Amino acid sequence: MERSSASLWRKIRSRYNLVGNTCENCNANYFPPRIVCRNCGRKSKMVEKQYKGDGEIYSFTKIRVPPDTFKDEAPYDIGIVKLEEGPMVEGHIIENGIEPKIGGKVRVRFRKMYVDGDEGLIYYHYKFEQIG
Amino acid sequence: MRDVAIVGVGLTKFGERWSSGLKELMAEAGIMALEDAKITSNDVEMLYGGTMAPGRFTGQEHVAALMADQLGFKNIPAVRIENACASGGSALRQGYIAVASGIHDVVVVGGVEKMTDVTSSEASTALGGAGDQEWELFQGITFPGLYALIANRHMHDYGTTEEMLASVAVKNHDNAVKNQFAQFRKKITIDEVLNSKIVSDPLKLLDCSPISDGAAAVVLVPLEKARKFNDTPIKIVASAQATDTLRLAERDSITELKATKIAAAKAYEQAKVQPKDINVVEVHDCFTIAEILAMEDLGFYQKGKAGKAILDGETALNSKLSVNTSGGLKGCGHPVGATGVKQAVEIVWQLRGDAKDRQVNGANVGMTHNVGGSGSTAVVHIYKRAD
Repeated sequence: MERSSASLWRKIRSRYNLVGNTCENCNANYFPPRIVCRNCGRKSKMVEKQYKGDGEIYSFTKIRVPPDTFKDEAPYDIGIVKLEEGPMVEGHIIENGIEPKIGGKVRVRFRKMYVDGDEGLIYYHYKFEQIG
Repeated sequence: MRDVAIVGVGLTKFGERWSSGLKELMAEAGIMALEDAKITSNDVEMLYGGTMAPGRFTGQEHVAALMADQLGFKNIPAVRIENACASGGSALRQGYIAVASGIHDVVVVGGVEKMTDVTSSEASTALGGAGDQEWELFQGITFPGLYALIANRHMHDYGTTEEMLASVAVKNHDNAVKNQFAQFRKKITIDEVLNSKIVSDPLKLLDCSPISDGAAAVVLVPLEKARKFNDTPIKIVASAQATDTLRLAERDSITELKATKIAAAKAYEQAKVQPKDINVVEVHDCFTIAEILAMEDLGFYQKGKAGKAILDGETALNSKLSVNTSGGLKGCGHPVGATGVKQAVEIVWQLRGDAKDRQVNGANVGMTHNVGGSGSTAVVHIYKRAD
C-alpha cells in the first residue's frame, strides 16, 4: 500500500527513538504510546517515556513471503522483543550472523527499513540486534 | 429475549470461482437458504452481510444493500458487518440479537468474499488490514508471520512440534474430501506438509488456509415460530463475542487467544453446557497453529496438550471429538467473510443429520468458533437440536 509521507512523519519519534509512554496513575509502560491507559481508562495520566532499547527475544520468525513493499528485503527476521522496562514490541531483527533465539539479548538500533521504489521515500525505523 | 432458531441454510462451493462474481456468489447461497426455509424474498425483514474487504478485493463497497438487492429483498434494512475474518460470525451474532430482541421475525445472515479477482499479493495486503497497520504491517509483518510468532513460542513453551501442526492440515483435508462444497477434496500427508514451501518459519504453505471465493447464508426466526418453516429447527443456545488488543505483541500471552477464552466461557454459561457436552465443532484454523490454540482455549484440552491429541487422531471424524468436519478453513477454503456463516451451516447439517459421508454419529450439541485478525476478535456460538 502506498503511504503518504505524513503517515510516517506522524509517528517518527516512536519509530526512530523508541519513545512510548507511561501512565502516572498506575505506572504501566506502553510502546507504542497509548492515548488511554488500558488499566485506568479516563483516569489515565499519560506522560512520554524514552525506552533504553535493551531486551530479549520472546518469539521470532523468518518472513520468506513478504508484502510487496518488502519484496527487496526478504527473507527477513521479525521478533517480538520484551523490553527491560516491560512492554513487548514487534520489530526487525538485524542479520548479523547470529541466528535469532528465544531469550537472546537484543539492543535497539536505527536502520533503513525499506525504500519505496527508485524515487520514493526511504523509510527508517528502530530494529533490534541480537548481541548474545 | 426470545429463543432463536436457524431454519434455512445455504452455501456455495468454495474455491476459485472464476465464473462467479460477488453477486452470483451471494445469490447462490441466499437462494439455497430461502428454499431450505421454504420462504420467499418477500418474507425477509432484515439482512446482515458479513464481509471483510470487498472494496480491496473487488472495488465494491456497500455490499449489504447489494446483497439485499440481488436477492430481491425489496427495500428492507441491510447492514454490512466487518470484523476481519470474524465478519461472518459477527454478522450471525447481530442477526441473533435482532431476532432475540423481538425487533425482527425473519432475518437473513449472509457472508461473502470474492478474493481471486486480485493477485495473491494484493489479497495478502488486504488481509493484512486485520492487523495493526501502523506497527505490524508497516514493518512487513504478514499474517502468516504473526501466527508463526505464536507457533514458535507455543513450540518453545509446550514442546509442540511441526508434525503436530502438520497433522491439523492432514485431518482437515481428510474431512474436506467428504465435503462437496470444499475447495481441496484431496488427501495430503504429513510429509507433504513438512516439505511444502516455507512461508514464515515454522509455517509452510500447507499450514496456511487458502485464498478463496465463496458465500454462505442462514435464515433466523424465533424458535416459537420455527416449525412453520422447518421440521428440524436448530436452536442457537449461546452467542458470545470478545475482543483483545489489535497488536499481537501487546497481549498478556501470545500462546493463547484470550478473546476466545472469554467468548467461550460466556457461551458455555449461556448454553449451560461444558466442553465435554459438545459433539461437533467448527474452529478457526486459518493456520494450523490456530486450531491447536482453539482446542486449548475452548477448553477441550489443557494448554500445551492439543497438538499431541490432534496428531494422535483424537479430533478426527467420529473419534473423541469431531473437529472441522467441513474441512475447516484449511481444507474447505477461507473466503473470509463467508467462513463464520459457513461454520454455522456445517453445524446445522450435522445436527439435522444431513452431513452425509461426514456425519458425526449422535451429534446433538455443536459449536462454532470464528476469529478475526491474530485474535483481536473471537465469536463463539453453541447450537442444539430443538426437538
